[in-house]
Amino acid sequence: MAETKSVIGTQNKKGQTFTDPWKMLHDAPRTPSFFTGSEVIKEAVRRASCDVMIAYPITPQSEAAALIGELFAEGYIGDYFRGESEFAVMSQCAGAAFGGARVFTTTAGPGTMRAMENFPMWAGARLPIQMIVTCRGINSPLSIQPDTLEIAYLLNTGMLVWHAETAQDFFDWILKGYMVSEEPDVHLPLALCCDGFFVTHTKDVVNLTPTDMCLPPYDPYRSPVPCMDMECPPVRMMRDPFVMKSNYISYATHASWQQEIWAAVERSRKHSIHWLNGLIDTENTDQEILIVASGTAVSQGREAIRLLEDEGVRCGLVKVKTLRPWPEEEIREATKNAKHIFVPEFNVTGWLAKEIRATIPNPHRVHAGPHVCGGMTMPPEIIVQEIKTALGMKSFSLAGRGS
Amino acid sequence: MSKERIKISEDLYDIMPSDYQDLVKSATYGKEDRGWKDIGNSKELIEQHSLCAGCPESMAFRYILASLPNPEDTVMVGSTGCTSLVFPMVAVHNIHSLFGNQNAIASGLKRALSVRFPDRVKDVVVLAGDGATVDIGLDMTLQAWFRQEKFTTICFDNELYANTGGQESGLMQKGFVAKMAPVGKLFDKVRLPEIARESGCHYVVNCTVSKPSLVEKVIRNAVHVAREIGPTYLQLYTPCILEIGKNSMEGLQEMRDSEKPTERFAYKEYISEPAKQLLAEMTAKEKERKAAAKQLAGQA
Repeated sequence: MAETKSVIGTQNKKGQTFTDPWKMLHDAPRTPSFFTGSEVIKEAVRRASCDVMIAYPITPQSEAAALIGELFAEGYIGDYFRGESEFAVMSQCAGAAFGGARVFTTTAGPGTMRAMENFPMWAGARLPIQMIVTCRGINSPLSIQPDTLEIAYLLNTGMLVWHAETAQDFFDWILKGYMVSEEPDVHLPLALCCDGFFVTHTKDVVNLTPTDMCLPPYDPYRSPVPCMDMECPPVRMMRDPFVMKSNYISYATHASWQQEIWAAVERSRKHSIHWLNGLIDTENTDQEILIVASGTAVSQGREAIRLLEDEGVRCGLVKVKTLRPWPEEEIREATKNAKHIFVPEFNVTGWLAKEIRATIPNPHRVHAGPHVCGGMTMPPEIIVQEIKTALGMKSFSLAGRGS
Repeated sequence: MSKERIKISEDLYDIMPSDYQDLVKSATYGKEDRGWKDIGNSKELIEQHSLCAGCPESMAFRYILASLPNPEDTVMVGSTGCTSLVFPMVAVHNIHSLFGNQNAIASGLKRALSVRFPDRVKDVVVLAGDGATVDIGLDMTLQAWFRQEKFTTICFDNELYANTGGQESGLMQKGFVAKMAPVGKLFDKVRLPEIARESGCHYVVNCTVSKPSLVEKVIRNAVHVAREIGPTYLQLYTPCILEIGKNSMEGLQEMRDSEKPTERFAYKEYISEPAKQLLAEMTAKEKERKAAAKQLAGQA
């Protein structure tokens, strides 16, 4: 076995020091900066030691993809180019990951859907690509407004799916995401989602790690499947082709492989807990009324709780950080005291409420809503109204209030 | 990878399949003048396959793999189709991803390998059927050429969707009656070699695989030009004898009939000026090498 030498403490060609990721994210000094979410994506990628980034314009992720182009021009990324469509971009990302590169890309809404065939392929090929999904409407009539319906389609691709609430989440989770998805027992792609515009286009104070520190580079030989670079002896991959028809063993092979992908998603759980300090965050879960949400609906829920407190109604909060792996046990535990569970969502179907209903005992406790969709904002008042209506309390509609 | 890496740990030697032992002992890795004449004498990078008896594609596969100038550092990218039945038996790293995205996969792969191994040659060769190359994957085929990606694209043109049972494809001849072309195909065979030239390919050949020496030459040229200059494209007629109603012994004749001067697979070659210069330099060097070897042999 060849002797391997740690790169921690050495410098890359830009003079950044490869730093122990835990120390970088927990011990290094942080500088408060006033940035948009897109700018924060750029700052995270600057520190992520990415080899290849492939871009395509689609609102609202275009700015992030363009800003990462600036990083390439500055020499922070090995290669960067614009692909011809989202399907092609995700295929190009796959090729780069097959070749042993740390890969980053971004997408949004209809682009996510156009590229969809690639995502189960990424997972099946164990490619730890990180993709930022800046969610927006996907259905006709055309919309470019925020809407999280596309996350529902990603949930069963075999990818890890995380849902960031804020730009600060984004900064930290992009870096932590590589740490989880590149673990040999995981080695799966990560869809790191946020609610487009609300996060990408608004400015917030974000605490950044020093620019002269970066993640250690990706080691493709920790992959559980061969890296396609001809650096390990080639083998004939199978005695018989996978796809030979009427061959029971090919079905069995495929079936066991699918189960292995989902087992890898489960194995990511312990790493995600370690890096994200748990799969959920909770506040006051001893209350009988709970709001359970992901993404920016968490922020709106937090504000609704403050408004309800003014009226003497106490309410707890559960922030779901990872959708895959799904925090089943954590949600069961957090909701065990709740008589009413409200799940506000920025989509019409209520996929998060359905997941929660399928998870907990006495699922009739779940009130799926309020839902806003098509890009509408979710004023905290409508969450308050939903809760008060369900509790039989008198409330005025927003229209009736004249606001 | 160097050829020295292709060896078996002594502790594991006994349990390795004989197929693999043979590959390590007597493949043509590292042999400078490897070519189709090694077939049958050296362990081949492909032996068994599950293609139909007499399938010209299997001949093409053998000639191509025997002619790669640098198999120990070549990665191939395939696509869905009959080729994906063969790739599992190919002893170089190969990727099957989705249908039609082979040139996009190769773009990312080549760039990643260039980033990771800036001082070494890693060849990428795409090999897909006409459905993947010219129909569903045409956008990605062309855009890879526009971007001047440095890899070779080989299209196994059998003029239909063979693996799914003989449906109409863009490279099918006009008038050919096929499944999904019940009254005959209504438009001409897509002129991809001409499009390839106009799209920025530096070496383009349209031919059959009836002559192994010719296949060997064009493969070497295409890989070397792609490595040094830019994209290259080979369109090789590998008729699906099953779907055009031929017997297993008639594939070779079908190709010979189709490569006559007035036929659609008459040999066509386009070489850009930089590629001409490169190939001339390579030919001169090869002559020098052979002359030196001859002189050395004479002295001995």
